[in-house]
Amino acid sequence: MVWKYLLGIFMVVVILGSFFYAQPALGLGEVSRIIYYHVPAAWVAVLAYLVAMVSALRYLRTRDISHDTAAAISAELGTLFAVVATVTGAVFAKVTWGAYWNWDPRQTSITVLLLIYGAYFALRSAVDDDQRRAGLSSVYAILAFFTVPFLVFVVPRVYASLHPDPILNVDKKINMDARMLQVFLASLAGFTGLYSWMYSLKLRIYRMLRERTGV
Amino acid sequence: MEQALAVLHKDIVAEFRTRHAVNSLIMFGVTTLVAVSFAMGPFGLSSHVLAALLWIILFFSAMAGLSRSFVKEEETGTIMALKSSADPTMVLLGKMMFNLILLAALEIVIVPLFFVMMDTWPSAPTRFFAVLLLGSLGLSAVSTAVAAIVSKAGSKGALFSVLAFPVLLPLLLSSISGTASALEGASPVWPELRLIVGYSGILITASFMLFEYIWEQ
Repeated sequence: MVWKYLLGIFMVVVILGSFFYAQPALGLGEVSRIIYYHVPAAWVAVLAYLVAMVSALRYLRTRDISHDTAAAISAELGTLFAVVATVTGAVFAKVTWGAYWNWDPRQTSITVLLLIYGAYFALRSAVDDDQRRAGLSSVYAILAFFTVPFLVFVVPRVYASLHPDPILNVDKKINMDARMLQVFLASLAGFTGLYSWMYSLKLRIYRMLRERTGV
Repeated sequence: MEQALAVLHKDIVAEFRTRHAVNSLIMFGVTTLVAVSFAMGPFGLSSHVLAALLWIILFFSAMAGLSRSFVKEEETGTIMALKSSADPTMVLLGKMMFNLILLAALEIVIVPLFFVMMDTWPSAPTRFFAVLLLGSLGLSAVSTAVAAIVSKAGSKGALFSVLAFPVLLPLLLSSISGTASALEGASPVWPELRLIVGYSGILITASFMLFEYIWEQ
């Protein structure tokens, strides 16, 4: 119970820090502050998709339907954060490249990723039987996650992209000044905490619904 | 491997009895090609547009026919016999080979027709056919695995294209840009070929690992 208040206070501090404590990046200026929201959202999306895949694997091992519920919740949250990353990315693109959308390899991959998980929800709604839905969508969730490293890490490196270097750039060095790095890492932690809070909240709602309907 | 070939043989014999899948596939392809050629043929399109059109025709024809492989087994109730007589991986391999042959049959008709009707010829034919071959390999293999999922989901209408399209999209985009540069002949197609092979490799491996779980539903 106390955790969610701590998380709330922490996120407020991160937001304030991102605007007032960290310096703007050299060359990019004030717009660089979006990094404290865009990158953590993208990171949480990948994390949530990973959790969805692990839950799907556990479902296939144990046939326990609650793992499938966990996979669905995590995929939903992953998609939510992926949308946040896409929108913040588009805003950044408008300011720095001049257009919200220009089919940069990064934008192409995130679009494909969103479509893949959209199809996952289409599959879930197409099957009526609980166990069969769980089995099929688990297989699809695992198949879908196999494409994530390819889309997120390989494609943008094969084709020329305008996207700024990832934080761990080619020299494996972190190019951030100390204050920026502090806020950035804090924001990563905050977003991860936000995800786990939302995840447990949704899981509790599902459990209560199941108890009430007696399934 | 023998089992896979037996499944392939069974499918080819069954297909020759009705010729349902191959007919609908080719008719779909020819109809789309005629529509495209009628609307845009005389305009001397750029190679990017031509490549996109070719792959869209191939892709959507494939969507019209390739799901039959598994759906048919469910519909006629022969799936139980297949389950008891063959190893799941071998069934998948056999079906993948069958779908590849179907797609190849489609391309043998569509691609020459495409050259004639759109009045074009690739400047780098070897590269063009390399992209076509590897792209079709990935397309048929991945859609076979998706067809297996769809057949278990009650094969509801558009579900096959809905599930297959996003997973195949990276493959499709690489094939289009590879075909475009092969038609132009100016730039090498290695980056695209690498992407096509890598991506299909990942997905084919994953579908072989996961197929058992689809099969037992």
